[in-house]
Amino acid sequence: MNKQEALFKYILRIADNNLVLGHRLSEWTGRGPMLEEEMALCNMALDLLGQANALLQYAAQVEGKGRTEDDLAYLRNDRDFYNTLLAEQPNGDYAFTIARQFLTDTFDFYFYDELRKSADHTLAGIAAKAHKEATYHLRHSSAWTERLGDGTEESHQRMQRAIHELWRFTDELFEMNEVDDILLREKVAVDLRGVKTKWNQKVDEVLAAATLQRPDNVFMQRGSREGRHTEHLGYLLAEMQHLHRTHPGVKW
Amino acid sequence: MVKKTAYSRDNIFKLLSAIPDPEIPVITIRELGVLRDVRMEGDAVVIDITPTYSGCPAMKMIEDQIREEMDKAGISKFRINLVYSPAWTTDWMTEEAKEKLRAFGIAPPEKTSSDKNVLMGKKKIIACPRCGSTRTEMVSQFGSTACKALYKCLDCHEPFDYFKCI
Repeated sequence: MNKQEALFKYILRIADNNLVLGHRLSEWTGRGPMLEEEMALCNMALDLLGQANALLQYAAQVEGKGRTEDDLAYLRNDRDFYNTLLAEQPNGDYAFTIARQFLTDTFDFYFYDELRKSADHTLAGIAAKAHKEATYHLRHSSAWTERLGDGTEESHQRMQRAIHELWRFTDELFEMNEVDDILLREKVAVDLRGVKTKWNQKVDEVLAAATLQRPDNVFMQRGSREGRHTEHLGYLLAEMQHLHRTHPGVKW
Repeated sequence: MVKKTAYSRDNIFKLLSAIPDPEIPVITIRELGVLRDVRMEGDAVVIDITPTYSGCPAMKMIEDQIREEMDKAGISKFRINLVYSPAWTTDWMTEEAKEKLRAFGIAPPEKTSSDKNVLMGKKKIIACPRCGSTRTEMVSQFGSTACKALYKCLDCHEPFDYFKCI
């Protein structure tokens, strides 16, 4: 693998997380538990899709095969997506959506904080912007984690269950492979070991404030770095891509 | 055939500076800090713009408006360049623009854009743009557009938008 191929895969990894999670959040449109939360989720979905758009544009440019950001979003199959398993999990109840968001936002916050120092100026620029947005997202999801965790008996149980069910997808967030090795040497990629330390600290702090237990002895799932996903991604892509695939290049 | 006046960089910058923001029409894209620069590359014009938020849907509209203005001026050799770095910040908003926002009913961003304060959830005192009271309360961090949060005034009881600091 050369640097160009590694960079292409690295950008896709970040872009796909935003694209898939943004799509998941947009599924709440018209179904939010209350107006303010619905607007919050739509706003966050918009931020994530905007980030995905900028990243996929850059990925297409790096690949240099004449593909556009739309081709990359709508015409790739699930095995060519590199988003984490965490991002593709279905919304579930509100506690589940909040837990998925909290675990992701914490990662994004520290990840983008490092990526904005990347030697790759385009990535650094996108990361600087995304970091500001992730700050708001994290504030929202950590406040809700506390509110539900330290809320009623029912909300506590649901929040605890959500954290427990999603925990098995958290190891994978920090997995590094050949792509990272190549780009770390070039000072382009982020060393995820450092992000993991900060992630652990923040997660522990919020879970404690929310009176929630940090799960242990959980069997960790992995596979997304090689494009292997849970069954949920295929259904998500079917919905997201079917219009574009049925009517190629359609505009409205 | 009417001879076209050759436009200078400054002329074009002035021309584009007058474009109003599609969401908040009382301020221009220049006052908002979205229009960053106009540069000449040979005989072509490069227009640098930056998004306020990554997914801001108004960006497309702003690009269309720029194209329209350039067409009207008869300039065909130009391109719009989207810049991400340095990232847009509310600190670039002029004092004049902030006053216009307040008069329009939107509480302007409070200096300064400190990421840590936002993360730690430290409260900022936001004055009601209608009655000036500082007894206000945040209803939601996310408002009617990506750049705004929703507040309400405890004195005049009016809900209002606050332009978030980033």
